Amino acid sequence: MSGNDCVIEASGLKKIFLMGEIEVHALRGVDLCINRGEVVSIMGPSGSGKTTLMNILGCLDRPTDGSYILDGSLVSDLDDDELAEIRNKKVGFVFQSFNLLGRQTALTNVELPMRYAGVSNGKRKRAIEALESVGLGDRIRHRPNELSGGQQQRVAIARALVNNPAMILADEPTGNLDSKSGDEVMRILLGLNKEFGTTLVFVTHDPEIAAQTDRVIQLFDGVVTEDRLVEQAST
Amino acid sequence: MDFARSLIEALDSLASNKLRSGLTILGIVIGVGAVIAMLSIGAGAQNTITGSISDIGTNLLFVMRGGNEEVRNPKPLTLSDADALRDPFAAPSIIDVAPVLQGSVEITALGESDFVAVYGVIPEHAAVRNINLAEGTFIDETHYLGRAAVVVIGPDVAETLFNRREGVLGETVRLEGQPFRVIGVTVTKGGQGPSNEDNQIYVPLTTAQSRLIRRSTRDRVDIILVQAIDADAVSAAEQEIAAILRQRHKTVIGEDDFTVFTQESFLDIANQITNVFTIFLGGVAGISLLVGGIGIMNIMLVSVTERTREIGLRKAVGARKRDILLQFLTESALLSLLGGLIGIVLGWALSELVGFIAAQSNADINPVVGLDAVLLATIFSAAVGLFFGWYPAKRASDLEPVEALRYE
Repeated sequence: MSGNDCVIEASGLKKIFLMGEIEVHALRGVDLCINRGEVVSIMGPSGSGKTTLMNILGCLDRPTDGSYILDGSLVSDLDDDELAEIRNKKVGFVFQSFNLLGRQTALTNVELPMRYAGVSNGKRKRAIEALESVGLGDRIRHRPNELSGGQQQRVAIARALVNNPAMILADEPTGNLDSKSGDEVMRILLGLNKEFGTTLVFVTHDPEIAAQTDRVIQLFDGVVTEDRLVEQAST
Repeated sequence: MDFARSLIEALDSLASNKLRSGLTILGIVIGVGAVIAMLSIGAGAQNTITGSISDIGTNLLFVMRGGNEEVRNPKPLTLSDADALRDPFAAPSIIDVAPVLQGSVEITALGESDFVAVYGVIPEHAAVRNINLAEGTFIDETHYLGRAAVVVIGPDVAETLFNRREGVLGETVRLEGQPFRVIGVTVTKGGQGPSNEDNQIYVPLTTAQSRLIRRSTRDRVDIILVQAIDADAVSAAEQEIAAILRQRHKTVIGEDDFTVFTQESFLDIANQITNVFTIFLGGVAGISLLVGGIGIMNIMLVSVTERTREIGLRKAVGARKRDILLQFLTESALLSLLGGLIGIVLGWALSELVGFIAAQSNADINPVVGLDAVLLATIFSAAVGLFFGWYPAKRASDLEPVEALRYE
């Protein structure tokens, strides 16, 4: 399925970890193409290599073998500084535990990726727009401890958006939220995809999350065992 | 990331735990404070010393016997030597010569006694040494020729013996048991210790020779004071004195059996001593800054560990190694710089306090906080922060984002 606008194009991805003298084969050859605008979940039990795959797709780690092209750039053999730049420009992370900077306001939290991109003008404006798009325009000066879990995750989403990434990589985004906030977060993420065509990649073990996406990629023992479209439930 | 933002983030981080930041910089505060205080007290003391050396007079030279290790048997200085120095042809730069015999005696009166320095002098001595009298007169020609048993005393001596600093003219005192009449009291100059001019007494040189100070020959004197025409003539006077004495003592250049001191040479000695103190203080400062720096490194290591997840997050959104390095270096440099600045203020306050106490007990020391000391302290504080903050900052920047994000 490669060749037609793959934002994520992985080929023969292998990852071997060395635990002392033992080699652990976390990924044993993963081929993947995720198209622009798709909403995909990557699922699998622990030990399946799901987290390792996520780290490689998010450019937090390099594969031992294979190639990975993200938004047209070959990233599998970049050095640390170059990977940092790719992450900054092309990947928007949303973590299970939000990972906001506790001492800073929502606004400055959202501005963080722009500061590392060296953006000097217009940061404030883009950050405010991002916060407004997740419904927090009236809380831009609140600190994380003044926001609910759902609101904090929304700040994290705004932060992920602010540099216009090629994809948003969400790792169990509703894992630390109650069902109501979780639904809200999913609604916002899916809404971003509908309105702006933002590519979404969810890494989850929750089938209820997966059911809301368009495609599920199942991982087991370091390889893709299933890659199917989700049947849309009749509304 | 721009520097202004790094600065704000660093300040934020330090302010978030004020107690911890405060305790961390305590070492640097105390070290810098102590150094600034000591340096300024030292500068004040040096000013006092150079001031009193200057008081001696820029035209004054002191000639003493010996001073050259190579010369085994230095000839003593004599009254005839002093006379020879008065020769206007051989020594045109010299305007006056005052030989002195010095010793120490026990002075008693009304049951009180004291040990004081006694100087056997000629009448010109008062002019040469700028001695002013609070009451009475100085030793004159008559006293000198007649070997009169008269004495001019300092106000501290008067106080010890008579419980008053004036109104003692005509009183009788005993020097080594021999009666002397007080004919004058010198003006209070203020001073401490052995060089306290208020605790000295003057008798005619001839009287001293015959009654108080025994020397191997009649003619001998201990010091010859020489007054040059003016400050510019001092080095010429020095040459003339040396030439005359070499000829009289039959010594050659390089093997003088006498030494000529000028105000400049005293200043040199004073400066050498204060330089030694300064180097000593530098050592103390170095040690305290070292200790303070280790404290900073310790706390920064803790801080890095505590903020592992934060570092992981920053890297995930695009921070490079050097961004993280800069962030933590800024924090440690700011910590130590802050400590240095507070230390400077503390040191200033301390030196003011010492100055106040000194003034209360009549010791004339005016501490001066020099701009160079402040600048040095500031620069060194910042340097300590950078140096000792380097290792923790490096460890932070080397963290792997994946593992850092996983850290509990």
